[in-house]
Amino acid sequence: MNKISAHLDFHAQALALRSRRNEVLASNIANAATPNFKARDLDFDAEIRHHIGAGPLRTTDDQHLPTMLNPVRDRMLFRDPINPSMDGNTVEMAVEQMEFSENVVRYQTTLTFLNRRISGLMSAIRGE
Amino acid sequence: MSDIKNIFDISGRAMASQLVRLNTVASNLANAGTVSATEEEAFRSLKPVFATKFADSFENNGVSTVDVVGIERVNRDPERAFMPNHPSADEDGYVYRAAVDENEEMIEMVEASRQYQNNVEVISTLRALMMRTISMGK
Repeated sequence: MNKISAHLDFHAQALALRSRRNEVLASNIANAATPNFKARDLDFDAEIRHHIGAGPLRTTDDQHLPTMLNPVRDRMLFRDPINPSMDGNTVEMAVEQMEFSENVVRYQTTLTFLNRRISGLMSAIRGE
Repeated sequence: MSDIKNIFDISGRAMASQLVRLNTVASNLANAGTVSATEEEAFRSLKPVFATKFADSFENNGVSTVDVVGIERVNRDPERAFMPNHPSADEDGYVYRAAVDENEEMIEMVEASRQYQNNVEVISTLRALMMRTISMGK
């Protein structure tokens, strides 16, 4: 069972992170007209490295409680605007739409990878 | 206000806010040509005040949506026009025209509708992704 979850782990983590980034980019698009709103984003490369490196705490004694906590949750960054606007809003529609569509495509790619892995496992189980 | 749980909260509330903005534009444009007898009674254009609403939980750090926190009248003097034959003219023959800038309102309308469309696009894209995720492994 552990090997099956390890087989799927990387793409599962990546999918969760992509979904999270979609929500953040959607928040930016939602706040396109709010004065003083600062657009946010997360550095996917740094986050996935962090998520892969940090698993649940290892337990060395029967009395230890297992944890699934990640030491630090995703660190949110602020976007550097190309053309800052007068009202202090740093959402640039072109940038956000581009990032959003890229992230959607990458989400779909990860989903395809996961599907392929699952169907690979399924055909191994069926033995066809 | 309740917490922001998912994409439908984020984009849904942003769409509701943009709709309030479109409604104020509609009422401003509807009142654009009106005149009144006194300066106080003259219509002044209404503007919604947008404010970012952040998610309450630490888990959702960085996720936010937008709410309309109030609708304010702009502080702009109505134009005084000399129309002695107008039924609501004052004793000097003046009426006060609504303080609405039509050009400004049209720009506001176009911008609000574009941003509304952007939010619709986000929701429909992410909804399609969710559907594909649900059928994962089939």
